Parts: sequence; C-alpha cells; structure tokens
Amino acid sequence: MDELLSPFEGIGKYILKIIDELGSLIIYLWESVLSIFRYSINFGNLIDQMIFIGMDSFYVIGLTGLFTGMVLSLQAYYAAKIVGVTYMIGPTVALSMTRELGPVLTALMITARCGSSMASEIGTMKVTEQIDALEVMAVDPYYYLSIPRILAAMIMLPIMTILCSLIGIIGGYIVYAYVLGLNHMVYIEKIYQYMKLSDIYNGLLKAVFFGIIIATISTFKGFETTGGSKGVGRFTTQAVVLSSIYILFADYILTSILF
Amino acid sequence: MIVLERLTKSFNGIKVLNNLNIRFDDQKITVVIGRSGGGKSVMLKHIIGLIRPDSGRVLINGININTLKKKELNEIRKKFGMVFQDGALFDSINIFENIAFPVRQHTKLKESEIKDRVYSILSDVGLSGQELKMPAEISGGMRKRVGVARALILNPEIVLFDEPTTGLDPIMSDAINNLIISMHNKFKFTGIIISHNIEGAYKTGDVIAMLYDGSIIEIGSPAEIKSSKNPVVNQFVTGSMNGPINFNMI
Repeated sequence: MDELLSPFEGIGKYILKIIDELGSLIIYLWESVLSIFRYSINFGNLIDQMIFIGMDSFYVIGLTGLFTGMVLSLQAYYAAKIVGVTYMIGPTVALSMTRELGPVLTALMITARCGSSMASEIGTMKVTEQIDALEVMAVDPYYYLSIPRILAAMIMLPIMTILCSLIGIIGGYIVYAYVLGLNHMVYIEKIYQYMKLSDIYNGLLKAVFFGIIIATISTFKGFETTGGSKGVGRFTTQAVVLSSIYILFADYILTSILF
Repeated sequence: MIVLERLTKSFNGIKVLNNLNIRFDDQKITVVIGRSGGGKSVMLKHIIGLIRPDSGRVLINGININTLKKKELNEIRKKFGMVFQDGALFDSINIFENIAFPVRQHTKLKESEIKDRVYSILSDVGLSGQELKMPAEISGGMRKRVGVARALILNPEIVLFDEPTTGLDPIMSDAINNLIISMHNKFKFTGIIISHNIEGAYKTGDVIAMLYDGSIIEIGSPAEIKSSKNPVVNQFVTGSMNGPINFNMI
C-alpha cells in the first residue's frame, strides 16, 4: 500500500514545496516594498542598475528582436502566400512583436543576462558574509540590494521591450521589402490599419510584471544561497529556471486578462 | 555594557550555546577563547542581532535587542563595528569606498570630509596609499586591516572581532594584535575578540573568557587564566592533546 501511495506522496511534497516557495517569494517582495517606505531610495544605486539592465543589454535585445522579426516575416510569408494575403505580413509581425514576442523574449533574455548576474552577485555576497557586513553596518540588505534592482527592472523592461519590438518590426520590414521583394508601403500601411495603441501598452504592462518577476526571484534566490561556490551556481540556475517559468506562466495569465 | 543571560541556541537539534552567561565591561577588551566550532562566532552573531536565541536575552546597555523591531535594532547596530574573519569586504568596490561605506550610509558629511576621515584611518592602520586597490588585489593581512578601518571609521562604542588573526603568519598576527591595542587606546571602545590564538589573547585581552560545551566555564584576567586550576582551561591554554577535552568531539 505504501508503495502505491509513494508517487502521490512525492507529488504532494513537490506541490507543498512550490506553495512554500511562492509564499516566501510574496513575503520577500512585500518586505522589499516596505523597505521603500522605510528608507529613501538610493538613486545612484538605482541608476547603476538601470544602466546594467538597460543600456548594457541593448545589443543582445536588439539582435534578438531583429532576427525574430526577420524570421517571423519569412515564416508568415510562406503561410500568407498560400491564401493570398501577403499584405497581412506587416500586421502579423507587428502584433506578434508588440503583444507577445517583444515582452516575452526581452524578459527571457534579461533573465539570462541580468537575472543570473543578480542571483550570483548577491549569492556570493551571502556566502562571503558581505550581507552580514551590511546588516552589521545597520544597512537593510533588502533596501540596499533588492529595491534598486526591482525598481530598475520595472522601469527598464518596458523600455527594452519597446526597443525589441521596434527592431523586430524593422527586421520584418527588411525581409518583406528587400528579401521577398514585396511593396514596402503595404507593410507600413497595414500595420497602421490593424494595430491599436492598446496592443502596445498592454504589451508594456506585461513587461512591467516580467521585470518584477525577474528581479524579485533573482534577488530572492541570491539571499537564499548557501553552500559556498557550488551553492552560488545552484541557486543561480534555480533563479534563471524559476524566473523563466514564472514569466511564461504570467504571460498566459496576463494575456487572458489584458487582450 | 553587554550582558548575555541564559543564552541557548541549537542548530538541527545540536545545542551550540547552552545557558551561556557573560558580561562584557565597557571600554575593556574581552577575548573569548574556545575550540573551533565551539559556538564562539554564534555567540558573537547573537550580540549584533544576526542570530536570535532559542531562549535567553542579549542586553546592550540594558536593552534586550531580541525584542526590537528591525529599525530599532539598526539604531543599536550603529553603536557597533565588526571585523569579520575573512574581512567581508565588498569586492565590487575599492578599499577607499569600502571604508567610506558606513560614513556615506549614516552621515551627511561632505566628500572632502569623508576623504579626510578615510585617509586618517588608513594611516592609523598602516595602509596609506592603498586606497585605490580592489579587495582581491591585497593580502590577507591587509584585508584584515581594511576590515578594522571600516569597523572603526564611525568611532563605534563596541567593536567585535571575529578571529582577527586566523590565517595569518605569526608576524602579521602580532601586527594585527598591536593594531587592535593601539586602536583601543585611541578610540576607547568596548572590544570583544573571538580567538583561539592564546598568545594573542594574553596580549590584547583585559579579560579572557573560555567557552566550552556552550557555556562560559572560566573568566578572568590573562594572569588568572594562565594559572587556572580548571583542567579544561589548562589543557586549552597549554595546547595539550591530553586532558578532559576530547579532540574528536567536534
């Protein structure tokens, strides 16, 4: 009987672990938000993080957007040609980029580039007693390390999403006009015709949520780190995997609500 | 004055501190000696509120810090400086910024005043001219001295030293001990040093306390500890393998 129940016991334990971790994450986010009201914001630190998440990620986000838009244009062409609606390639690329691919791909790239860095930096500080040193010096580590990162991610993710989407649309245009040799004015005109402002700002709203998810999970995992350098590696991996899963999960929920 | 009353703490069912009682007098240096892994650092972390006890109290100038809220605890922590075993320097900023860090966080001094303070304490710890180096570029002894400078920059009432000479050669250990004595003479702080360096304890301590089995088993002046009749203390200070301390126990 015990053997029959053991798989269910395992699943149950796993679900409890997920709920426990989600609860800890929410408490951590709440603690971090409270720190904003306890202390004044360190703008120097905030700007450093905005540069790190934003400007330093420009090339990788730009390339991601460019190639995604180009591929999208190419793939859409094969389908659109069959039913004779190649004039819809522009709106297809633009709507896909602004509503879905721009926010999600930006978030996943920022997770890989910045989330991992946040988790490993804070994790290393944890295992080398630098977090203890902050506490001993009466500096709240949540205020000093989490808040600038969470705020910077909230601000920079939408900006990077705009860039990603815009470059993606340009990439789609390059393929449409110069590779496929179609009328470039149709591409632009149809985008204006089919795209609404709400498509853009709902996509940006998603990006704000993704920013909160990335920075909260990554810094949380950093603070949780134990077990020396091996632990730093393990918790950094957890931060990236967990952030990516939560982004995809949140994407579905937000898409259902917003669009 | 710092008082630890009936302090008890367990980790994973193992009692590390067991009904520990001790008083640290103002402006004196107390060295707490004991075996590695015997709970000395755990005791130190209780004093600064990094760990909360399972039972017992930590009183700083009569205030029980275990009942304080985060913000109140941070106000108490401003009275403290702490030198960590491995320095715990912030490795992403240089020596100058490490030492200036507490000043920037807790004062509104002008940049020129911060510079004056940092250069003055760098000179006190014998590190003039090293301020632009990164923590990874300096030796273990220098890291300890930067740690001392960072701990003392705000002239705290109480300074905690977690094994300040561990991992250093005898000459550098002596230099750090001399630095602690000279800084104490200058700043008149209450010092608590965690150590298992007996010679260093005799040299720096006004009072020496021995932590064993989670409790303070003897406390007294260096001369009293040297001539202690307690077989555990005697074995520890003479560094003998033979005696009541089982060297396999930890």
